[in-house]
Amino acid sequence: MKEWLKSGSPWIWLNGGAVALCMIMVVGLIGLIAVRGFSHFWPANVVSIPVSMPGQIPVTVIGEVTRQETVTAAVARDSGMTVEEDVELVTRHLIKRGNRDQFPSDFAWFPELYMGEWSYPDDILMIERREWGNFYGYPVILMREGERYLEAGDEGFDAALRESVQRSVDLHHEIETIERREVGRINTLLERLRLDERRIELDGLTGAARADEEARIAAQREALNNEYAVLRDDLDALYDSTMRDSLVMEMSDGREVTISLSEIVRVTAPNKLSLFGKVGQYFDRLWEFFTEDPREANTEGGIFPAIFGTVTMVFVMSIIVTPFGILAAIYLREYARQGLMTRIIRISVYNLAGVPSIVYGVFGLGFFVYFMGGSIDEMFYEAALPSPTFGTPGLFWASLTLALLTLPIVIVSTEEGLARIPSTIRQGSLALGATKSETLWKVIVPLATPAMMTGLILAIARAAGEVAPLMLVGVVKLAPTLPVDGVFPFIHLERKIMHLGFHIYDVGFQSPNVEAARPLVYATALVLVMLIVVLNLAAISIRNHLRERYRGESD
Amino acid sequence: MQSKTVRSAVSGTDVGDREALSLGREVTKISVKDLNLYYGDEQALKGINLEIPEKRVTAFIGPSGCGKSTLLRCFNRMNDLVDICRIQGKILLDGKNIHDRDVDVADLRRSVGMVFQKPNPFPKSIYENVAYGLRLQGVNTRRVLDEVVERSLRAAALWDEVKDRLQDNAFGMSGGQQQRLVIARAIAIEPEVILLDEPASALDPISTLKIEELINELKKDYTIVIVTHNMQQAARVSDYTAFMYMGDMVEYGDTDTLFTNPRRKQTEDYITGRYG
Repeated sequence: MKEWLKSGSPWIWLNGGAVALCMIMVVGLIGLIAVRGFSHFWPANVVSIPVSMPGQIPVTVIGEVTRQETVTAAVARDSGMTVEEDVELVTRHLIKRGNRDQFPSDFAWFPELYMGEWSYPDDILMIERREWGNFYGYPVILMREGERYLEAGDEGFDAALRESVQRSVDLHHEIETIERREVGRINTLLERLRLDERRIELDGLTGAARADEEARIAAQREALNNEYAVLRDDLDALYDSTMRDSLVMEMSDGREVTISLSEIVRVTAPNKLSLFGKVGQYFDRLWEFFTEDPREANTEGGIFPAIFGTVTMVFVMSIIVTPFGILAAIYLREYARQGLMTRIIRISVYNLAGVPSIVYGVFGLGFFVYFMGGSIDEMFYEAALPSPTFGTPGLFWASLTLALLTLPIVIVSTEEGLARIPSTIRQGSLALGATKSETLWKVIVPLATPAMMTGLILAIARAAGEVAPLMLVGVVKLAPTLPVDGVFPFIHLERKIMHLGFHIYDVGFQSPNVEAARPLVYATALVLVMLIVVLNLAAISIRNHLRERYRGESD
Repeated sequence: MQSKTVRSAVSGTDVGDREALSLGREVTKISVKDLNLYYGDEQALKGINLEIPEKRVTAFIGPSGCGKSTLLRCFNRMNDLVDICRIQGKILLDGKNIHDRDVDVADLRRSVGMVFQKPNPFPKSIYENVAYGLRLQGVNTRRVLDEVVERSLRAAALWDEVKDRLQDNAFGMSGGQQQRLVIARAIAIEPEVILLDEPASALDPISTLKIEELINELKKDYTIVIVTHNMQQAARVSDYTAFMYMGDMVEYGDTDTLFTNPRRKQTEDYITGRYG
């Protein structure tokens, strides 16, 4: 035993064990998120179960089995279930039965005890709708122009339905493009004209100049309004066109419901799908998750605006923090007299990294948004007042707050990088007649770039995952527009953005429909983690590239 | 200009009286007069008097911490970089005091080049390393640069080894090559004096030999001052040798005399390996 202790192997085991534990925790976390999140997109089979509870009319439930749990009879009784005296444990299943517009809730628990035989009828359809969530039921009739067109079971019904869905999805896409791009652009320009008009008042323009300006505004407004009228007609035609088809569906309780095809995103017959078809569906839905806007209070649809907002914000933050941090570090390390003052400054900077992020949020709201933003509004956007332009939370303030938050990280690593450069290199340059600044910019800074990149990597990793301060300074649960679009100046720093971290919080804890939101929380979390990994990998590969260039083989 | 006169009193000068050492039949390039140097409260150089002849190799030897590197670094004012360093006395380069107000440090360093103990190439290509000094002076003409780079690399006996990979990173070279590159970099801006601070101490014997051969070549055109720990090296490469101890210039004279017939006991003890 003593020998064993002396041999050092317990120490090795301890170290190895610590590493193993860390790995288990990390892999476990990622694994949990991945499994929970990405299994959501798998098209599950739709089950049909007859349920006859004592004292209630027997019903048939159709829907997706979400999960099951076993509870004691007492708990089950508390939740309103009828359970006989001699039963101790009850297994119950959570069924996603959809049809939120018809049933009180789209998720419901049913005890296994009272279930009949489970079956998976081939003709059950799962319809994803733009509103009210999924619909599960049997197709009855496909209507066209208000007339019966094809009945379920008729030859060509499936093909006709597929074609109709595709058509309405295409039409919807077209409408969306027009509304987003064209109408959005016209609105922005009209708003600018309105502001121009206000500005004439504020500037107190008179005489010919005023008449000219007014004429210009009137002419432009006229042109825009005409353009809009044309678009409006197009849109009306498209809207009418989407109303052409509708589908009559039969629910599990036998009621018939008519669904307009204009509401439908996707129709699937999951029980009929082959494995191959399911894989196709899976990637289809995953793609939708990455590229579409959210629907139904963020519990359905995609998270594209959140991904886009996060990335944009991190980019803007990097652009702000890098020069500031690097210049500050260079001054502190290279120019400032190393004395008490620099020590105090350095310690303060290091300690800034430990300030809770919400404090930065409060500071950002008070100083950046209200004070600086308010001042900017008064100076440059007076015409728009009292509605604020920069005096309200937005992308720029969120990025600036995060830049402030990550500034210490960049300063510290840049300083360390500068300190690591051997003094002989400096002296070599000075000995050739270079001045201090020539030495700095031609030799020292290039050598320190890998360290600066390291700082930036850490800053990005910190910033992308930060949520608390962002809630105060520019992130919202649903942003009407992206911060980048086709209207000058293309990147709109004053706009509010969506953010993956906040999206997780919002979907997970602010959603009215907890069960529907749960898988999306995992999926969004996984996307956020992956995004941070991707941003980091990009920065690391740049750094390694630089390091390769400046690598010293001699040391 | 102070005269570059030839003093008659040869190595027979008594060092004890702190008179300027002078050398027969040589032209003085650098002359040091009553130089005292302090790091804070500590005196690192004590009343140094010295004359360094033009186009000769002068070696400083002595045990660690004796101040020989410090003295060397005075000649191109590298000690200015040390905040706590204070200098009294005069250093004349061609009769001009290098501490005069109208002397630009950058100009001085251009005419007094320096090579350090550890090779310190810049994180640039071989070509850019050599061209660095010229680019600092605003020379950017490709033709001129090409010419100077080739000439300097040839002078540093490195051209044949690197002519096919001038654009490669200098860090990819061996230590000996790097040291010769640094020498090429120093001579590219055509200094008058080259200071070598233990240039071979981090190198293997073969590279060391190459550097020594190079020093022999270079003394045709440049005044060379070398600090070395290695007494054989001093004996091999230098024309004149100064032995320093604890901040004092103990003995200075032509190399042969100093090594074969030292006048001071301390010198003798050191070169025979009794201490240091």
